[in-house]
This record gives sequence, structure tokens and C-alpha cells, in this order.
Amino acid sequence: MAMLEVKDLSVYYGVIQALKGISFSVNEGEIIALIGANGAGKTTTLHTVTGLIPAKSGHILFEGKDITKVPGYKLVSMGIAHVPEGRRVFAQLSVLQNLKLGAYTRKDKKEMEDTLEMVYERFPRLKERKNQMAGTLSGGEQQMLAMGRALMSHPRLIVMDEPSMGLSPIYVNEIFDIIESINKDGVTVLLVEQNAKKALSIANRAYVLETGTIALSGDAKVLMDDDSVKKAYLSE
Amino acid sequence: MSFVSYLINGISLGSVYAIIALGYTMVYGIAKMLNFAHGDIIMMGAYVIFIVVSMMGMPALVGVLAAIVVCTLLGVLIERVAYKPLRGASPLAVLITAIGVSYLLQNVALLLFGANTKAFTSVVGVPALRLAEGQLVISGETIVTILSCIVIMIVLTTFIKKSKAGQAMLAVSEDKGAATLMGINVNKTIALTFAIGSALAAVAGALLCSAYPSLTPYTGAMPGIKAFVAAVFGGIGSIPGAMIGGILLGVIENLSKAYISSQLSDAIVFSVLIVVLLVKPTGILGKKINEKV
Repeated sequence: MAMLEVKDLSVYYGVIQALKGISFSVNEGEIIALIGANGAGKTTTLHTVTGLIPAKSGHILFEGKDITKVPGYKLVSMGIAHVPEGRRVFAQLSVLQNLKLGAYTRKDKKEMEDTLEMVYERFPRLKERKNQMAGTLSGGEQQMLAMGRALMSHPRLIVMDEPSMGLSPIYVNEIFDIIESINKDGVTVLLVEQNAKKALSIANRAYVLETGTIALSGDAKVLMDDDSVKKAYLSE
Repeated sequence: MSFVSYLINGISLGSVYAIIALGYTMVYGIAKMLNFAHGDIIMMGAYVIFIVVSMMGMPALVGVLAAIVVCTLLGVLIERVAYKPLRGASPLAVLITAIGVSYLLQNVALLLFGANTKAFTSVVGVPALRLAEGQLVISGETIVTILSCIVIMIVLTTFIKKSKAGQAMLAVSEDKGAATLMGINVNKTIALTFAIGSALAAVAGALLCSAYPSLTPYTGAMPGIKAFVAAVFGGIGSIPGAMIGGILLGVIENLSKAYISSQLSDAIVFSVLIVVLLVKPTGILGKKINEKV
């Protein structure tokens, strides 16, 4: 059974249909990339999965449970964390306050402290800057904070929206290394990326979205060699 | 000596404004709306105390607690029925609704309690303080009001800094979507904010009517507007700003009443607000809002 199963999902913004009945699945332990042009529906897909946008029809199953109608805030304690596009850290709060908010749904203080140590180990820079206002961090550091904050809920599935957007090439490589290492530690990853080349290089499988439908799907390595993908998304 | 007396009375009046302004500013910070019915919740609280204490003969503390309970429930009910369905609607629609709720509360009070002024019995049992051989008299109401304001400020700041619910409020005030992604129930957090604001309004009602003991359905309207001015004055959305704004407003109002003209005091208060906003449009402690690109 797939960890996340999306069946025939349709989403409307007013009268405009943003998703036209897409289906895809994410298996436990995988990195799945959703790639596609601007406006193809990648972010809409993620927002519908994490309950920020209601679905018009179709179903979303997480670990066998139908979560289509579950409000977004409840999904965190079910095991889904979302690293949003543009990072959206709480700029006026300190790094530590941001991380603690990531663990908002957790009851056990001791476990929370352990996770905090793990997050600091993964992102030493966050530890150095734990009392600094999040808004004063650089873009790459904010991305790390957004990821660390998501990890604080101890998720089984982490959903990431454009983690490399607007970052310098050095940070881009670092962020993708981090995504791989998070995955190696047992967290399943659903990744939306403009940087298709990078995304395909770390993903197991990928889905190509085109104007609200899935145009192509398959093994990431195979898609990387696909001529239409190369032409449209890898700028070769 | 009279100056000191005017100043202390100003601080006391300002403390009431500050407590009311806290409700305005917290609701604005979190729900991004101006709850113009906030002043009328004060009046409702004062009527509850009047009924419990003056009509039923219960102790003053019971009256204040009853007012806090009724106002909290009323605030949450108003949010649920009138404002929650408008989440995502234009700010103008919310503002008009808030003004509507304000008139509704005033007219419900008119219907229930009548238009004639009720003589409010002070809930404060503290004796007046006589200083400088009786030249400076500070009333018990003044002392209790200023102390209440200080205690509320400390408790509220600690609650927001230290508690999980307080941190959730900060998160919601900054970014509702990101707060949802943390697992925070945004609707519940907004309801909690209305509950706290309305409970504070009940306290403000008790203090206000103890110092100025005449109660009508319109008692809350003017202090409500002044507290709103105080919140804007200090920087709307900022809790210390509401405190500073409220106290400054009270002091300016009382000193202009004493030294310039009691008829013109309100005009002077509002003129000062206009000048402050011309110089610093975000208010004294207001943060510049950076719109997202």
C-alpha cells in the first residue's frame, strides 16, 4: 500500500479548474518529484494534500486513511509536515521560537528536546543563531529553518515546495544534500521543484504536471533521458 | 499638589483606556479586524455587575467574576456568529458588521435595562490614600485601577511569551497559513483572542463604572472609541503600545480638562492623535508592515 495515494483529484479556483483529476502515489521511503512549468498546478497539488485548499472531487489517502476533508492543522499530528514555498518562517520570532512552533502538536517535552538536538545537529547554523530573529537570516538559512521547523513535528511524510527557489548555487546543492539525508533517515519526501534537473537527480520517481494534468510519470532516471522532458524542463 | 493629583487621575483613567485598548489591539493583531463592538462589551459587563451586586445583593467580587464570564462568552459568541463567517471577506464588510454588532448590543441593552441612568455602586472596597497631610487624596478606585492595569500587563505579556497558546497567537498574527502548517487551529486561536479581549473588557467596565458611576446603554461607546484611539496612538497590534497609548491618552485628557478646557478636552485628545499619526503613521510603537511582494 502506498503511503500517500491521490486519486482523481480536482481543484477549482472559482470557475477555473486548476487540477483536472490527477492521480499519483508516494510509497514509504521514496523521494517523489513533481515537476512542471509555472501554473501547472504543482503548488496547488501540495496545498490540497496538506489541507490548505479544499478538493472539489477525488480522494487523498494517507496511510490508508481518507484525509481529503481533514482540516490542514490536524494533518501535522497525523505525520505530514509541509515546508511551504517562500519558506514562510515567522520573521518576528526567534529561530528557537520558530522551531518550537514546529513541534506545536507534540505533547512530550523530552522527545521534543531530543528532536531539537537532532535538528541542531543537522543544521549547526540554526543552533548558532537560535536567538536571532528569523527575519534577519539569509535566504538559505531561512530555508534550513523552514525544513528544521517541519522536522520538529517528527513527520513520516515531508512535503516541500520549491526549496531551492531564490537560493545561490552553493545553497542549492546544500539543500538537495539535506533533502537526501532527511530521506535516508526514514522520512518520505514529496518534492515540488522548478529545478527539474536537481529534483530528478535525487528522486526515485517523478510526475510531470502540465496545466492541471499529469503528462508523464515514471522512474526519475528514465525521465531524465526522455527527450520531451529534456527539451521542456532540462533546457538541453 | 493639584498637578500631581490631576496626573494620577489621568494615569488611572488612562489605565482603563489601556485595558480596553489591549482588547482592540490583540484582536487587530490576530484577526486583522477592528472590533468596534468592543466598547459595548464593557457596558454589558457593567450591567452584569449592576444586576448581580446592586439588585441581587451579592458581593462585588462575585459581580466582577460574573461579568468576566458573561463578557467572555459574549465575545466568543459574537466572533462565532458575526465575524467568523466573514473570514476572507473584504475588510470593509467586516468593519460594517462590527459597527452593526455595536448598535445591536446598545439596543439590546436599551430593551433589557431601559434608557434611564443606573447608579453604579463601586466594586472597590479599598480606602482612599491621604498623602502630604491630606493635600493629596488618591481614591481607592484610582489605586485599584492602576494596579489592575500593571498586573494585567505583566500576566498578558508572560502568557504570550511563555505559553504555547501565546506563541500560537504570535504565529497566527504573523502568518495564518504557516501557522496552520504548524498544526495550529487558527479559528480556535482567534476565538481565544476574543475571549481574552472580552474578559479584559469586563474588568475595564468594572473599573470605569466604579470611578464614573453612571450606567446607560451608551456608557461603553465613548471609552471604546478613545481606547481605539489609544491603540492606534501606541501602534495598533502592539501590546506595550496599547498600554503606553492608553495611559498617555488618559493623562492628556485629564490635564487638558484641568488646565485648558473641559469642553475641549476630547478635541485636544484627538488633535494629538492626528499630530502623532502625521509624524509617525504607525503610532508610537507600531511596526512598519512590510507587504509581501
